[in-house]
Amino acid sequence: MEKKIRVLIAKPGLDGHDRGAKVVARALRDAGMEVIYTGLHQTAEMIVETAVQEDVNVIGLSLLSGAHMTLFNDVTKLLKEKGMSDVLVLGGGIIPEEDAPALKKVGVCGIFGPGTPCEDIVDFIKKNVKK
Amino acid sequence: MFEEKELEKIKQKKDEWEKTCYLKLVKENHELKDKFENLSSIDIKNLYTPNDISHLDYINDMNFPGEFPFLRGVHATMYRGRLWTMRQFSGFGSAEETNQRYKYLLAHGETGLSVAFDYPTLYGYDTDHPLARGEFGKCGVAISSLKDMEILFSGIPVDKISTSMTINGPAAIVWGFYIANAENRNINRRNIGGTIQNDILKEYIAQKSFIFPPEPSMRLIVDTFEFGFKEVPRWNTISISGYHIREAGSTAIQELAFTLGDGLEYVRWAVKRGLKIDDFAPRLSFFFNAHNDFFEEIAKYRAARRIWAKELKKLGAKKPRSLIMRFHTQTAGCSLTAQQPEINITRVTIQALAAILGGTQSLHTNSMDEALALPSEKAVRIALRTQQIIAEESGVTNTIDPLGGSYYIEWLTDIMEEETYKYFDRVEKLGGVIPAIEKGFFQREIAEAAYKYQKEIDENKRAIIGVNKYKVDEPIEIPILKMDEKGEERQINRLKKLRKERDKSKFEKNLNRLRKAAEGEENLMPYILDCVHSYATLGETCGILREVFGEYKEPAIY
Amino acid sequence: MSDLTSRILKGDPRSVAKLITAAENNSKELADEMKIIYKHGGNAYVIGVTGVMGSGKSTLIYELAKEYRKQGKKIGIIAIDPTSPFTGGALLGDRIRMTELVMDDGVFIRSMGTRGMLGGLASAVFDAVEILDASGKDVVIVETVGVGQAEVDVIKIADTTMVVLVPGLGDSIQTIKAGIMEISGIFVVNKADRPDVEQLVAELESLIDISCIGKDRKIPIVKTIAKKNLGIIDLVNEIEKHKDYLIKTKNFEIQRKKRYEAELVEIIRKRLMNFIFDESMFKEKVEKLIDKISKKELDPYSAADEILSKIIK
Repeated sequence: MEKKIRVLIAKPGLDGHDRGAKVVARALRDAGMEVIYTGLHQTAEMIVETAVQEDVNVIGLSLLSGAHMTLFNDVTKLLKEKGMSDVLVLGGGIIPEEDAPALKKVGVCGIFGPGTPCEDIVDFIKKNVKK
Repeated sequence: MFEEKELEKIKQKKDEWEKTCYLKLVKENHELKDKFENLSSIDIKNLYTPNDISHLDYINDMNFPGEFPFLRGVHATMYRGRLWTMRQFSGFGSAEETNQRYKYLLAHGETGLSVAFDYPTLYGYDTDHPLARGEFGKCGVAISSLKDMEILFSGIPVDKISTSMTINGPAAIVWGFYIANAENRNINRRNIGGTIQNDILKEYIAQKSFIFPPEPSMRLIVDTFEFGFKEVPRWNTISISGYHIREAGSTAIQELAFTLGDGLEYVRWAVKRGLKIDDFAPRLSFFFNAHNDFFEEIAKYRAARRIWAKELKKLGAKKPRSLIMRFHTQTAGCSLTAQQPEINITRVTIQALAAILGGTQSLHTNSMDEALALPSEKAVRIALRTQQIIAEESGVTNTIDPLGGSYYIEWLTDIMEEETYKYFDRVEKLGGVIPAIEKGFFQREIAEAAYKYQKEIDENKRAIIGVNKYKVDEPIEIPILKMDEKGEERQINRLKKLRKERDKSKFEKNLNRLRKAAEGEENLMPYILDCVHSYATLGETCGILREVFGEYKEPAIY
Repeated sequence: MSDLTSRILKGDPRSVAKLITAAENNSKELADEMKIIYKHGGNAYVIGVTGVMGSGKSTLIYELAKEYRKQGKKIGIIAIDPTSPFTGGALLGDRIRMTELVMDDGVFIRSMGTRGMLGGLASAVFDAVEILDASGKDVVIVETVGVGQAEVDVIKIADTTMVVLVPGLGDSIQTIKAGIMEISGIFVVNKADRPDVEQLVAELESLIDISCIGKDRKIPIVKTIAKKNLGIIDLVNEIEKHKDYLIKTKNFEIQRKKRYEAELVEIIRKRLMNFIFDESMFKEKVEKLIDKISKKELDPYSAADEILSKIIK
């Protein structure tokens, strides 16, 4: 029985643009992963609680509204408090390059902005996920 | 349109040409692609001739600008009489900052205003609502009350310039703010012109900033139609949109079919209410995307006009103004790249040109930095100049519908129309637009198209310059628009002050009256205006409607 | 008793989730933990929910869970979606309909891929039910993949199986083939505000009349409009009635026996397959045999004899 990589794709905050989240979800499924999609309007608490119940290895946060500095940090902070820092946290959407270092510092391991080939995301996960 | 014998001769000669010199070259050097497909997966031929459009009757199928079926343009003079409105969608931070940006754009030649709101506002929440955390002013301006609207338009002549507001769920309330602000400045509501997007169907399908379920949302929209034609006659009470459907990943044909389908649904609901089609139809407007495939986009706009005119005629509209499809266009946001951002200027130019050759009434051109940020002043100025260069330097406005009669364009226009009607049939078989939404039909079509597109890019079957072809290894340096950090605090303080200083009993009475009216069947606009005038906030007013109408939850479609 | 198990018995969601993952991955530590878990199970009432895509199963389950919560019951929900046979991946999207239950600590929701299991269930679902049971859940709802003639395994695990139908989905009645009539404890006609609802109910009733001749219970039909929260209390009552019926007629024990038999079969199957195909020692030998078969040097039956002779003395 092989272990599957379980990924949570979440949309924090009010942003309703889900094209990318859905495309990435399908790409990860096509790469053999089990993908749980939370739907829209998730708070950090909801995302982390879902991650707990689904025992995911990866959380992908999708945000295009510009609120990533606040909301991504909310998620990683909560994960840390719950002792879940072994979950790989990735971010995607409209995230300016200059915000990437600050996000990495709070625990977002990879930022995948516009133009990222889906393969890059798959490879990154396979390389960095803690099984 | 062409003589039978001529057509025969041309067909013969084309066959000869294809079998001889064309084939010869193909055998020597293969064509660059096996299949030449456009973005809607339509096979595009090597050459088009009169035979491809031989079925067309000039008078019945094309006719003249300003005349049914309006294929060649909605007005008799088009750009020779009046250019399209240059209307740059903008907004960020607090009302003060956006007010400055509007003045900048007007000074640089913009001819109409277009308001972008932040997410809390789009969802009907005040800036200090818990769900507004981190979202203030990030993707648009925060408007929580009439006070904010006053600041937003301070020093701007709203009686002389039209304003388009991209707002859907709480559109009626925000429209209320705009009307009330004008009236407070002694401008009669009959003299203000503009548009509210107010298109909830496409929210369920694509943009997802819905609040209430379909039925009460449609009721509110028809309320605005009714109020509009009676009280605010120069206002377009809806902008039936395809832009967002396209941005969510649909093809051009889907954009066309789903948008027009939505439009016809609105007409049906209004007629069901008892409104006369010729009363409200003249104030329905549309909003399309201008994507990369140049000729497909042009064909799309032309097909849209013809289909709309035909369908409205079928539905019983008699006034010529009712049959005319007027539309605003925005160049495709989803086509912009973060890599080598300057080349987005080129993309936008081509897209803008398509919209203009397609006969748009109003146009927004994206700025080069918008793949990663809200536009800087310099970038938005270049975007505006793009329109101005096309208008003044390129000569394309010298004649109306310059591509009319092109064998390719007319052929493609027909195909787009044909495919649209096929979608109309499918939706009808599903029970209509709203049942189809609940079954997830549109959402699934869009998700499929989006996935297919991305796969083509990932597999290098579709080139995106700078992303999977001609890449340059350089850091992505886009100056990020800096917003006033004190803006959010200022806004929250303003809200606190407003809540303290308003006439409490009047405010409460008006909210209660709104609640009662929402539970019944009256037109809600007058009640909303009363709430607005008594300085009820967006969140408070919308909250009443949330209570009565409930909130919509979407089906899970990939 | 390990730390993990004692936390599970206290209802800690993180531990519950981890053990379910171990069950899905058939990890080595699983057996020891499960031996203790099973001792504490058997209390939760298991409801299986099956029905075609678009029948509103997830919304129905959400409303049902909400109703049970009002009664103070703790709920476990297992939502199963198909694993792609080509890629091995899965899109698990049923949770989306249950977003509002996420922050309720009396509800635990787990999405599972079928991971190659046919029949509509996931291989680890038996373990997951036992784990949720042991963690204190009063009701465990299992939402299976679609419904067709092949996806009827849900009866192996559920005490009450409900089949959800929707008027106007074209071939709703076509899905009422042999098997579905046998498995159904309750028929739910959801989206009952749709135009053809009476027709569907009438067709169902005549089918039920025929298939329930001579039986002491007629399968009830409950009409619901899940998204408007209508008919849910009726459904809860019918489930309760079914439970009473099962206990009174001793069918409850008979069904539970079938469930434990299925669990046992699944554990043995997994162990055998694991041993034969995954354990590295044996794996090479098996690969060599498969190679011979493909070269027509050996047939599969003889290969099976060789493998099994090592296990069955």
